[in-house]
Amino acid sequence: MADLHFTDAIANDGERNAIDLALGENSALTIEGERIVRGGASRRRGLRHLLLPALHALQKESGWISPGGLNYLSEVLQVPPAESYGVASFYEMFRVDTEPGHDDDVVHVCIDPACRIDGADDLIASLEAEGKHVHRSPCLGQCERPPAVFIQGRKRPDVVPADDDAFVLPQAGDDSLRLLQRIGVVDPTSLDSYREHGGYEALTKALELGADGVLAAISDSGLSGRGGAAFPTGIKWTAVRDADGDQKHIVANCDESEPGTFKDRMVMEHDPFALIEAMTIAAVTTGATNGWIYIRGEYPQATGRLENAIMASRDAGLLGEDVAGSGKEFHLEVRRGAGAYICGEETALFNSLEGFRGEPRNKPPFPTTNGLFDQPTVINNPETLLNVLPIVLDGAAAYRSIGTERSPGTRLFCVSGRVGAPGLYEHAFGATLGEIIEAAGGASGEVQAVLLGGAAGSFVTSDSMDLPLTLEATREAGTTLGSGVVMVFNTDDDMADICQRIAEFFKNESCGQCVPCRVGAIRQHEMIVAIGHKPMPDEKRVLHEDMVQVMADASICGLGHTAASAIKSALALGLIGANQ
Amino acid sequence: MTSTEVAVTISVDGNDVAVPEGSTILDACTAAGVETPTICYGPNLTPVNACRVCVVELEGSRTLVPSCSRPVEEGMVVSTDSDRVNHSRKMVLEFLGSGVDLSEADELNEWSAKYGAQPDRYENPERMNEEIKIQDDLYVRDYDKCVLCYKCVSACGDDAQHTYAISMSGRGFGARIATEFDVTLPDSACVYCGNCVAVCPTNALQFKTEFDLRQVANWRPEDQTVTTTVCSYCGVGCNLELHTQDERIVKVTSPDDHSVTWGNLCIKGRFGWQYVHGDTDG
Repeated sequence: MADLHFTDAIANDGERNAIDLALGENSALTIEGERIVRGGASRRRGLRHLLLPALHALQKESGWISPGGLNYLSEVLQVPPAESYGVASFYEMFRVDTEPGHDDDVVHVCIDPACRIDGADDLIASLEAEGKHVHRSPCLGQCERPPAVFIQGRKRPDVVPADDDAFVLPQAGDDSLRLLQRIGVVDPTSLDSYREHGGYEALTKALELGADGVLAAISDSGLSGRGGAAFPTGIKWTAVRDADGDQKHIVANCDESEPGTFKDRMVMEHDPFALIEAMTIAAVTTGATNGWIYIRGEYPQATGRLENAIMASRDAGLLGEDVAGSGKEFHLEVRRGAGAYICGEETALFNSLEGFRGEPRNKPPFPTTNGLFDQPTVINNPETLLNVLPIVLDGAAAYRSIGTERSPGTRLFCVSGRVGAPGLYEHAFGATLGEIIEAAGGASGEVQAVLLGGAAGSFVTSDSMDLPLTLEATREAGTTLGSGVVMVFNTDDDMADICQRIAEFFKNESCGQCVPCRVGAIRQHEMIVAIGHKPMPDEKRVLHEDMVQVMADASICGLGHTAASAIKSALALGLIGANQ
Repeated sequence: MTSTEVAVTISVDGNDVAVPEGSTILDACTAAGVETPTICYGPNLTPVNACRVCVVELEGSRTLVPSCSRPVEEGMVVSTDSDRVNHSRKMVLEFLGSGVDLSEADELNEWSAKYGAQPDRYENPERMNEEIKIQDDLYVRDYDKCVLCYKCVSACGDDAQHTYAISMSGRGFGARIATEFDVTLPDSACVYCGNCVAVCPTNALQFKTEFDLRQVANWRPEDQTVTTTVCSYCGVGCNLELHTQDERIVKVTSPDDHSVTWGNLCIKGRFGWQYVHGDTDG
């Protein structure tokens, strides 16, 4: 490690206290007189993964990442200040500029499609008229209740005002639900309530079955990842179980940021123990001793409930040195992201959690052998993990009794936009797009387009209402289920505006690491803005196709691979750029 | 290859080539005599595979793969001249040309010509739009010419100097190489080894001497001679390559393959040569 060099900027007492508090026992810098009495530099190495918590604490205390505060946390964690700055400047929730206005709370208002067509602009105008400090935010994961607001508190906790309202799960109480059966029924703050509703029965069963039994059940169930890539979960878990490594990790990828997606938030807020139980099953099955819930920074209620659930489970002996008397060890903690869509990419998430910029790594090697801290890691979406509970409890055959051969089980759909009852729905795989929209109260107005799979997905039109939403059928139709987004637009909606925003989203959210995505995303945005409502000339169509191809072929990660797919579909369907 | 190394054989454009285990596809291409464009690759740097210009088509892989970082595996079948490969290389170069001042990036421009990049296809593209930073007498930073290849960051950090004065900052097209809060180099951790200048592929980082000569249109590489010598400051024995024009030193480098320096120098070897001229004003 370097002999660090710092500028003259000094942290104030409040900043030092806030950072020390966030670092807890790791705040190794204690000065008596002129002497550092505890924790030399060598003792503080290896603490870089605390960089994000320290930056959060500094941002909350000072309203920005001050040079003095940055110097202080860099010295405590032994991170070069240039690198700390590189990390801080990566995230939406950290301010590294010094423009006025950082004394207040920051009101983040979502400007992505579902909120855009439902009052975001008016809300921003009225908040700004009140003198509020508004930040135009990418999707805040509240698409069922637009326009979404998240308040980043200055010296007070972050809040989502809509969390005070009664929450609505349209299918609440439906006994046939597998993944959502407890939501709206169980008390999400109570372990006893969770146990009364079948909680921790699956862990008991998993410990009886043993690792081989659990892995067989997961593999036989045909469960595949619900984050968007649909990788078979059984293969992933088995690879980690078989990987060499003194330490292994289970990571829940709760950085849900795909525009239109809010399923993981609902699950974490209203059934947090289920996620913890499923992660514990993953741990005892694969031999992992460390678990991490990486949750997006804009989900304060989910964060609080997960932290509470972890504490309750630990107190009950279901986490910690001896999980449920099994002799197995599993420690779990929550880490907050800070506003970066790319950190939902699994290897970017690892870098972010480790205290580096959230830039994806090249694969191979894969997380199953070289994941978090370069150690074998299972990383799963919360919905994927949730499926583990019924699979372990009831077996693979029962699990496969609904759904299709290649897409067994059920799927969560985030239905938003122009429907009667936007919200989270669980349907067996095989339900058609039309059925899913009908179940959500039907379309309001005449359907112009449906965005499937989020901004990284693609548009379809009313011609696709009979499309079964399975992995195989969507793939065959050239579209994707992605993260389960079904966002409906009617003929009153301005698709040119929606497409410009999608293009802007990728321009803003590209990490900037690789050329195809960094430059491709901004050139696409410039092109779509220039086209507006006009027809797209042929040479521009050729250029866009050239851009689509290099982004899909040569980008490092899935963000770049899919950053042009929604626009491509909009052009192909004539939603934008059509010859009049 | 020595006799103790295990050979791995892969196919490059239909020809089998054997390279030692642990080699990259790029190494195999070079061994097969196939020229591969690179920007962010450096012989003594850990590959970051960020520029994507070295991508090749690998049988069985959905996407193209970066040859600079992908280790060879027995039986790999690689194409370096397919339509997809040529398209991606062309587009990467075209994308860079559309937003970055490549006027002094000679090698990159040769590849752009070879692959047919057309950076003028874009209407009013946003560019880097950076002011040149001249903060001392040793080197200048002209980030209008920066392709964000990370080589300077790697050279300043883990791969050579371990000084960590600079990092990538920001995100997306707004990403820039920067010190903390963009403080000036003299205020930063920079130790003026110039190892970042040595690895820069586009002249975004250049010696002040070169910059000054370019300002008066008197930078004439064709008239320069390069003399290899040994640094006289200490006992390490670094090789210096003195680039001289009109009998004055204008730049100092060190060979990438020299077993002492691997291309790196310190402030004395890199910048401390004025005494040679006997001037008092440097």
